[in-house]
Amino acid sequence: MPKEDTGQFRRERIDRGIYARSSDIFALSSWREMNYLLLPRILPVVILLAMPLALELAGNEYWAKVMVILAIMGIMAMSWDLLRMAGMFSLGQGLFFGLGSYVAASLNHYLEWPIILTIPIGTIAGAILGTVLLLGTLKLRGIYFAMVTLAFPLLLVRAIQATNFMGGTEGVKAAAFPDYWTIAYLAIAALLVCFFGLRRLMNSDWGLVARAIGQDDIAVTASGIDVTWRKIQVLFIASGIAAFAGTLMTHFLMYAGLSNFSLEYSILPVASVVIGGSGNFAGALLGSSLLTLATEALRALGALRIAIYSLLMVFFALMVREGIFPYLERRYHQFERKVKVD
Amino acid sequence: MLGVLLFGLTNSMGLALAALGFSFVFGISGIANFAYGAFYLLGGFITYILLNSAGFPHWVSAVISMVTIFFLGTLMYKVAIQRIRGAMLSEVIVTMGLGVTIIEILRWSGYVRHNQYLPSFVPGSITIGGLGIEYQRLIIVGIGAILFLLLWLLTRYTKIGLALRAMSQDELTALSLGINNDRIAMLAMGIGSLLAVVAALAIIPLGLLNIEGAYEILIFALAVGVLGGLGSTTGIIVGAFVLGYTQSIASTVLGPKWMMVVTFLAIVLVLLIKPSGIFGKQKELEERV
Amino acid sequence: MSAEPILKVTGLSKHFGGVTAVDNVSFELKEGEFLGIIGPNGAGKTTLLNLITGFLKPDSGKVYYRGKNITALKPHKICELGMARTLQMVRPFYNLPAFKNVIIPLCSPRSLKFSGSQYGERDDIALDYLEEVGFERDSSVPYKPAGVLPHGYVKRLELARALAMQPDLLLLDELFSGMSMSEVASTMFIIERLRAKGMSIIMVEHRVKELVRVADRLLLLNFGAKIVEGKPIDVISSREAVEAYLGSSQEVE
Repeated sequence: MPKEDTGQFRRERIDRGIYARSSDIFALSSWREMNYLLLPRILPVVILLAMPLALELAGNEYWAKVMVILAIMGIMAMSWDLLRMAGMFSLGQGLFFGLGSYVAASLNHYLEWPIILTIPIGTIAGAILGTVLLLGTLKLRGIYFAMVTLAFPLLLVRAIQATNFMGGTEGVKAAAFPDYWTIAYLAIAALLVCFFGLRRLMNSDWGLVARAIGQDDIAVTASGIDVTWRKIQVLFIASGIAAFAGTLMTHFLMYAGLSNFSLEYSILPVASVVIGGSGNFAGALLGSSLLTLATEALRALGALRIAIYSLLMVFFALMVREGIFPYLERRYHQFERKVKVD
Repeated sequence: MLGVLLFGLTNSMGLALAALGFSFVFGISGIANFAYGAFYLLGGFITYILLNSAGFPHWVSAVISMVTIFFLGTLMYKVAIQRIRGAMLSEVIVTMGLGVTIIEILRWSGYVRHNQYLPSFVPGSITIGGLGIEYQRLIIVGIGAILFLLLWLLTRYTKIGLALRAMSQDELTALSLGINNDRIAMLAMGIGSLLAVVAALAIIPLGLLNIEGAYEILIFALAVGVLGGLGSTTGIIVGAFVLGYTQSIASTVLGPKWMMVVTFLAIVLVLLIKPSGIFGKQKELEERV
Repeated sequence: MSAEPILKVTGLSKHFGGVTAVDNVSFELKEGEFLGIIGPNGAGKTTLLNLITGFLKPDSGKVYYRGKNITALKPHKICELGMARTLQMVRPFYNLPAFKNVIIPLCSPRSLKFSGSQYGERDDIALDYLEEVGFERDSSVPYKPAGVLPHGYVKRLELARALAMQPDLLLLDELFSGMSMSEVASTMFIIERLRAKGMSIIMVEHRVKELVRVADRLLLLNFGAKIVEGKPIDVISSREAVEAYLGSSQEVE
């Protein structure tokens, strides 16, 4: 154990859990070790599931609603992280979000389809539209993907504004969920399903290939794999997830409009992952939760918030590279304490 | 008919001017400067402040603004981009983040109101064949032509230009020849930002100084890049003219509000048919094997 | 084994700007043959491989694999037909453990067709391939990230990745570069074993000595063009070979 002499005290670095982590099945032999491994995984899940209940019962409607937004933004951040892992850097998650929202709202408003239909159809339609729109960029240099995802939502906002298509600046009204519990637990459940599902997916061999593409797609091509097709699959899934988030938001706000394509829905997922840490979706969840809470807490600052997130994002990208979650993870497994020198 | 042709010409040159700075930086250093819109806005804003609050003459304000943004661009490179050079994701995040920060701070500060104008270089308009065209629009064509000529001369006949061209062709080789790639990239970033201000000084007088212009110019720069193919001057010109005339025709036939729609559709179409752009030399795999 | 050549290349040419990288190259490879391609630096050997494996499109000429015209096919499609290559500039997946590097080609369509394995089984198969190229199975080496492995191991990892695609034709691009003498010897042993099993091999190499021993034929490339082709002994002792590597006799004098 490395030690440093600091006068009367020395710092001792303890590696917790080496025994637990390397013992595999032997970890089951002790409650303490099992807790050590399980607690960080179970606790957030429990908190997420309990919060809406607690807040609503406490009568705090405002923060109860924030929980829904938190779940939705968490889903968005994870969808961005998925694309990033496969080497696709999106500056416009808002595109898929907006597409999903508008499709769901239109189906509901013009065709009077119920929510139970608009959400899945909106998701699939968003996935298909998003994939088709970006198809051409997949074979080109990575920067094209970033450029086009940036340009499209900005363009769509102005195009809709100018032509008054789909309600123009007014937007499209949509039905609400039957009650708070439905949306709250639908959103949280979706968040958890996405989280665990995506982790499972990326740990599989399919996900391994996707991640390898993000690292070096030429080498993957030389390994006999159709890189473009795999990227299409990843894009479809990620855009579907983001579109799904959009459909949730539509029926939560009872409205789909230009704001669904706004820069906020493009910047926040990126900032969430940069700040929270990328690569294992937990960072995405952490980052998006922090930013959502900050958004609400800083409501008074209005439009300055997005400037703050952007600056924070830049700061983390330049100085902190890793993100918060890996740091926390390391500290959990390994911490320092002062021990008195005899 | 004359209107379409004329407006198409001035519109296209305006787009080319808008896209030039962005494409220049990308062609030389491979960095996509998403803060381009922010520099455009900032340049226009500084000029406005100098004109109205400080009372400087137009030319002086323009030059000061250009020089300031030039240095801002090089500063951004030195402080932010240099250390993450080569990591595309970080480059994209940083330039985008800085751009949005600048634009949104300007928006929040309220200094940019909805009644601010920049003066034209030559006020008034001229009538050609029964149509009124502002002098400014014609000047845009002139400025565009001069700039392209200047850049062509610069890259072809000066030592710096040679270094710039070497960098754009093969950065590693340029490095091994003793060309300081960071300094060249910094210079390129500075020039690109300066060109954003030139575009601002030329284009903003046609309308208003407003926040949305920053995002609009970014949209157009990206659109021209995608349509014509990034990194080649021919591509920019072709892309600008194709988009410019498409917009012009749509504007005349369908109405001005269709310009954005048409731009969107143009990008979608190009991506479906020839993704690398009309003049794109995207032998993607070949470049990197 | 049919009499038809497994690989036939006719009139391949590639220009970059004003430079001719490959100049009208033609040759054939019979099934089970071992062809060595040699030539000085910049002769166009890697470009030729890139043209054959679909990473570059030729300006003219055709490539036939088992009689089928594969000239315009994408690289992964060509792999599916049975060709596998190593890359000259080593490109392992640095952050992934060595054995996961091998799992990726195991996920290719051809590999799935041959082994049809499930998730989890691929780990073992990957370890098998690594063992075949000389990674010590019971050590921690296969689990180390590829980025920390010594160069010789990385090159053999490349070979394992190519083998995992179950190729009938193996193209090796400067496999020995950067290897120590003992590593070259042990790798050569692996290659000879492959050859004995009937694999067709094309090997681009700088280190001619090793090639001469095992190759059936040698092909000398210079300035992108085929200069000499034939039995190894004949090729390396030919006047053209000496000129290519040492310069023309006028310069020597």
